[in-house]
Amino acid sequence: MKPRASDYLIYDEAAGVYRENPEQAVRDDVEKHAWRHVIMTIARDWRLYLMLVPMLLVFLFWRYLPMYELLGCFKVPDEVLPVSQQLFSGFSYFKRLLVGGDSMSAEFWRAMRNTFLLSFYGLLFGFPMPIILALFFNEIRSNIVRSTCQVLTYLPKFMSTVIMTSLVMMLVKQGSLTSSMGIVSRAMASLGLISEEVANAGLLNNPDFFRAIYQISGIWEGAGYDSIVYFAAIIAISPTSYEAAQIDGAGKMAQMRYVVLPSILSTIVIMLITRIGSLLNIGYEKVLLLYNTNTYVTADVVSTFANRYGLQGAQKGLAAAAEMMNNVIGMLLVISANTIARKASDTSLY
Amino acid sequence: MKRKLESSEMIFRVISYTLLCVFSLLCLYPFLYAISASVSGEHAVNYGEVVLLPKDIQFEAFRRMFGDNMFWNAYSNTLFLTFYGTVWALFVAILGAYALSKKRLLFRRFFNFFLVFTMLFSAGLVPQYLNYLDTKAVFNSVGITDDKWLVVIAMGMAAMNIILLRNAFEGVPGEIEEAAIVDGATEFQVLGKVYIPMCKSTIATVALFFAISRWNGYFWARQMISNSNEHPLQVFIRLKLEEFTDPEAMAGWNEVYASDSVIYALIVCSIVPILIIYPFIQKYFAKGVNVGGVKE
Repeated sequence: MKPRASDYLIYDEAAGVYRENPEQAVRDDVEKHAWRHVIMTIARDWRLYLMLVPMLLVFLFWRYLPMYELLGCFKVPDEVLPVSQQLFSGFSYFKRLLVGGDSMSAEFWRAMRNTFLLSFYGLLFGFPMPIILALFFNEIRSNIVRSTCQVLTYLPKFMSTVIMTSLVMMLVKQGSLTSSMGIVSRAMASLGLISEEVANAGLLNNPDFFRAIYQISGIWEGAGYDSIVYFAAIIAISPTSYEAAQIDGAGKMAQMRYVVLPSILSTIVIMLITRIGSLLNIGYEKVLLLYNTNTYVTADVVSTFANRYGLQGAQKGLAAAAEMMNNVIGMLLVISANTIARKASDTSLY
Repeated sequence: MKRKLESSEMIFRVISYTLLCVFSLLCLYPFLYAISASVSGEHAVNYGEVVLLPKDIQFEAFRRMFGDNMFWNAYSNTLFLTFYGTVWALFVAILGAYALSKKRLLFRRFFNFFLVFTMLFSAGLVPQYLNYLDTKAVFNSVGITDDKWLVVIAMGMAAMNIILLRNAFEGVPGEIEEAAIVDGATEFQVLGKVYIPMCKSTIATVALFFAISRWNGYFWARQMISNSNEHPLQVFIRLKLEEFTDPEAMAGWNEVYASDSVIYALIVCSIVPILIIYPFIQKYFAKGVNVGGVKE
């Protein structure tokens, strides 16, 4: 802040004259030597700053330098020149993707829609499951039964995406002359949920089933583990709250509504923000491992689109532009979700 | 005297027990099925006769796996990546988190933002890929031709884990640190003798997160490791799966075990080590999610 004239002179009422303000001289001194102060502090605590160096370098090299490569979205690609020396091409990639009118643009919009739908269904079906599980865990009085159930439901979380998707693929695989279809397909066919032919063709080759398989395997994998945080919030509720509600004649549903739900609301809000924040950032590994050319219609998301055109094809700038749009929208989503939550309920992530 | 349960509570409890048991068994079933199918005979697997228990027991699928040098190679590569990757990530994270936890650190808000921003926005696959290619070139030029080191050093750093550690370090009472400083401890000694011992369980949790993500790492390992001798287990399993579920490649299959059994055997081999250590690390895993609040 710039000093004003009134900062320097103060009116001395006793003597009736203006005097120099001694405080401002000190302030000026600090201001003049601000950088010396910074350097002195760093020199005194040099060990602390040395400790910071590896972390800063790792993040700079492998998190921030890739962002610099995003410049390629606005440049004419060149095999030899580094991105800084390539010619500027404006927003041609973005135009091509958004309003190109060709098959690539259509594919991009399809990927955007699939990304949004996969995350949205995840929010709709996947988000409440851990809360419900936690409510159930709370009902179980026997410690042995409860910890057994908990251990079993956390278990799939430990499996890698490769193992998880391999299992899913084997369980719903197609039948052939030499081997029968996967056991889950068979069970569903014999229960009459799907027809024999559909099951035999392999559920993962059928675009109608991709979203369901994605969500169900997601719940199988994560619901148990995600319930931990809600369960911790529920057992922190004081038993007296329940007793008070019971004396007031509250049944189980009323207790849920007026005791449990308000107590875990802040946890739910936090988890919801995180969830919305990663709304467009769905795990590309899982989709990449599960999808195939038959299911692009419902399975192709923006990151797999980018993988196909950028890493396997040679359209690097275009692929990077597609993903950048996706990631920017994702970032705006988390920031706005956070702001709304802070305004509405005093609970926020940042 | 025990209070009599109201009927609504009774019903809810019965529903809870039933649904939870069903869900738990459903979580477990795919693994049991994989184990059974890996040791069942060719006919039983191919004609769908295995439902829960193995039939026509054979161990040839496992024998085939164990006789495959590439399998052991992949296993040792995964152990290498997990061990060195975790050590490196912990080293970087502990030092960084310690510095960030200090109020007297200048530009603290900036450094925090530097971390948190990477959680909000990532450049995406293609820029990341180009960046790793450049890194690989740099590593090669200084004489590190082993792609494993690229995976160890350049990948797998998570801002979230550093923030977990920072929050734990902030919770250490300042008086203990002051006492150590009065006794003449340097910054590094304060970290090593006060902070690390006091935050042992959070460090274990974070180490576990790093280790799990290393053990499970697949996509970038497959992209960046060009030599198939250096592939980790996850990449090996996926390549085998792609090979063994290709009907044309499997047309002339004639063994006492089904080709699927090999895949199941691989899956079992990869989850058994995790199952063995699971009871010991489970509590740290559960703890991790509860301390995971991000605060600026």
